[in-house]
Amino acid sequence: MNIIALLIGFPFLAALFLFFMKKQSRFRDIYVLVGCVTIAVAVVWFSIRDLFADKTFSYLTHTHVLDLVMMGAEIGLFLLILFFAIRYKKPLVAVLAAIQSGMMVWLDVTGKSEGMEAPHIFVDKLTIMMCLMIGIVGTLICLYAVGYMKEYHVHHKEVKDRSGFFFAMLFIFLGAMFGLVLSNNLMWIYFFWEITSLCSFLLIGYTKTEEAITNSFRALWMNLLGGLGFAGAITFSVIKYDVIDLRGFVAIDNGGKLLLIPVLLLAIAGLTKSAQLPFSRWLLGAMVAPTPTSALLHSATMVKAGVYLLIRLSPMFHGNLVGMLVSTIGGFTFLATSMLAISQSDGKKVLAYSTISNLGLITACAGIGMHEAVWAGILLMLFHAVSKSLMFLSVGAVENSLGSRDIEDMHGLIVKLPGLAFVMIIGIAGMFLAPFGMLISKWAALKAFVDTNSMLLVVFLVFGSATTLFYWTKWLGKLLAVIHNSAHLKSKVGRTQWISLASQAILVILLCLLFPLISTHLVEPFLADMFGGKLPAIISAGNTKIMVMMLFAIVIMPIGVRLLTFGKKPKIVMSYMGGANAGDDRNFTDSFGEEKNLYLANWYMEDYFGEKVLLRPSIWIALAILLVLSGIVVGGVL
Amino acid sequence: MYKAIAILLYIILGPLLGGLLAGFDRKLTARFQGRKGPPLLQPFYDVKKLFSKQVVIVNNVQDFLVAGFLIFVVFTGCLFFSGGDILLVFFALTLAGIFLMMSASSANSPYSSMGSQRELLQMMAYEPMVLIVAIGFYMCTGSFSVYDIARSDVPSIVYLPGIFIGFLYILTIKLRKSPFDLSTSHHAHQEMVKGITTEISGTILALVELAHWYENIFLLGVVGLFFLYAPLWSAGMAVLACVIAYVLEVFIDNIFPRVKWQFMLKLTWMVTMVAGVLNLIILDVIK
Repeated sequence: MNIIALLIGFPFLAALFLFFMKKQSRFRDIYVLVGCVTIAVAVVWFSIRDLFADKTFSYLTHTHVLDLVMMGAEIGLFLLILFFAIRYKKPLVAVLAAIQSGMMVWLDVTGKSEGMEAPHIFVDKLTIMMCLMIGIVGTLICLYAVGYMKEYHVHHKEVKDRSGFFFAMLFIFLGAMFGLVLSNNLMWIYFFWEITSLCSFLLIGYTKTEEAITNSFRALWMNLLGGLGFAGAITFSVIKYDVIDLRGFVAIDNGGKLLLIPVLLLAIAGLTKSAQLPFSRWLLGAMVAPTPTSALLHSATMVKAGVYLLIRLSPMFHGNLVGMLVSTIGGFTFLATSMLAISQSDGKKVLAYSTISNLGLITACAGIGMHEAVWAGILLMLFHAVSKSLMFLSVGAVENSLGSRDIEDMHGLIVKLPGLAFVMIIGIAGMFLAPFGMLISKWAALKAFVDTNSMLLVVFLVFGSATTLFYWTKWLGKLLAVIHNSAHLKSKVGRTQWISLASQAILVILLCLLFPLISTHLVEPFLADMFGGKLPAIISAGNTKIMVMMLFAIVIMPIGVRLLTFGKKPKIVMSYMGGANAGDDRNFTDSFGEEKNLYLANWYMEDYFGEKVLLRPSIWIALAILLVLSGIVVGGVL
Repeated sequence: MYKAIAILLYIILGPLLGGLLAGFDRKLTARFQGRKGPPLLQPFYDVKKLFSKQVVIVNNVQDFLVAGFLIFVVFTGCLFFSGGDILLVFFALTLAGIFLMMSASSANSPYSSMGSQRELLQMMAYEPMVLIVAIGFYMCTGSFSVYDIARSDVPSIVYLPGIFIGFLYILTIKLRKSPFDLSTSHHAHQEMVKGITTEISGTILALVELAHWYENIFLLGVVGLFFLYAPLWSAGMAVLACVIAYVLEVFIDNIFPRVKWQFMLKLTWMVTMVAGVLNLIILDVIK
């Protein structure tokens, strides 16, 4: 129990002091470093201890005092949101916040939620996986931020240095995420849920430019909308079923048709948080913030809170309309955003679309509500967290060194910044290529969709896989272009950043090798607990071995090449430009006899996949799916 | 034991049959065009000569990536003929294709870059259909294992006529036949020289040729799988189907002019939807 209090409480406490360390100093760097190490060690120790105990734990059945404290904090949060809403004149935000906080306070003051005894804290295997993900990936991002923010304020003189505040927010975020995944009481989950919404609002608005403020408010109102659904679901569940804890809620078996209403409300909360269409725009706007923010929002925290909730609820989605709504929205989002990613050349934007796309697949898996699909969903979530964080951080590092995060400018990165290019290649391979992690989960997801006869999802998946392949591969091609006479650029990546990048690159590879262990010791026990019964083998041991062989084949290949061309000294020539090369492969002589620079661009196919063509229709289609299916659910109940 | 023999046979016979197929292709094409054509063994003479040439490269990662292409194509075929998981087979094939594209991108050359982008587009066009083929096999035999699919009670073609047509359609892209030979072909394109293989020559080009032979035999293996079932004589039917399919591809190659990529993408996805997805839905209803 103490360790749980430490996991949730320590980041908040650490953040408190960071507010006062406004400027970058060696002391603050060390302070953040020690904080990160403490959290990481605590989370690893917590997981190991729990793994060996091999059972689920629940704590804190009576917590009247704590509940009162929470209520006070909840009102404090509301006042804070109200303050921002008034200051920037956003009435919608104030109204949304007022309604949901009102509901919560009303439940508490009228004593409706009293006397319902359920453990407030609950630990099972999914909790452990989430904690490990937050604790390890999250702290690596904070570690990276130490060096990054120093560099950031050198480059962006126009932005006021509020890095003390920034680090405090990162820590609060981690604390809130721990709170969210460890809590079982719905009101507690809701409270931490609100903190993450507010934190991401503050982080997105860090630069205080007009764009940042607009985007941060968009993030806030969309997430408050989700919060409203959450609060509504809690109120409904308390009044109608006398249930206030998540496990109790999932276990309700005499709910009848009416139960679909709170499930629908919670699903909407999950969909907004995980930035599914039609609520995707808040996450796309989030990239105005410094890179560690994006990395944190996209990988280990925030959006993962959304899919975490959906996975917890997945047994309630099986075979009903709400499940169909969740999986259809997820599948559609997977396809639509992966197409949109093709037309983007801004590295961060591609990553943002790819996040939404992958979350869509996880959402679709959760919506199916069968063990096979949820298995795929959980593994997707883990693999995605590590690979995506690695990608964001390396794009950030490239931006600091190159002055641009445009993929076109990364042409020839393997020559200019070999270290960063190598890390990025591992990240990209981890995102979509056999035999790396994401592909394994996609494979399982495909099998699950076929087994449950979800033909629509199969169509989304096969086309979405093809478009995903396109945008990652062309990025990979840019990195690998080898230009003659290119000088190494001086890399401006600090030591802490390197430690963070290297650890994550190693994690991506380790996860591929260790996923069978994660599956047998964490995912399968959790699924057996949630769905009951024995699980069928999802990816057979034979196929796992073959994939390990593939991984090794990639490693031994360079040696093979040397053997095949043994004894022949290769001759290196210029690339072919119809004989018009001007001395190297960067310039050519044009028809006027003048030297011209050669520029090779990737394909973006704006006319087919551009934001102008696809974004609005996708949002409208998703909104239509959402409204029509919700309408049928509500209509069927009433 | 069966697996080891299958792998060994594929590694030895793959390039022999593939080379013969290429020779047959050239002969047949010549006859279509009223020429006599080269001897049947011409592809072998060509590759032998390429192997004797100096290694000429534009950078030091290119040859490494081409070798990756060859290794993973062979890997794909071995996995397929030893009865492995058909989805994993297709994933390995994709990985192989990516190696070839990367070698072209690494060359930093206008023609090979363009070839690489076009190849990638082709891959995006055919990938959904390839996955649907695997799903189709799974839905009608209950297994992704090639070994089980080949020993089912009924030949898969009975349930998968639409998917078979869809596969033949994308086979034209995979075999680099006109009208879909956008990224490279056996003849130099006017606008982009040799496309994806522009910067590859000598011994390295020989490796690419070899990989294509392996790849073609594997692709015909997939065609055959549609006709294989429990009785041994169905192998004859499978071989016959392969021959007919190949002659058909050569025929198509000779009568259609190359199309624009926009047209190819749209048409391929349309065929995938109509022939592939519709077949899946019907299968879902009747099974």
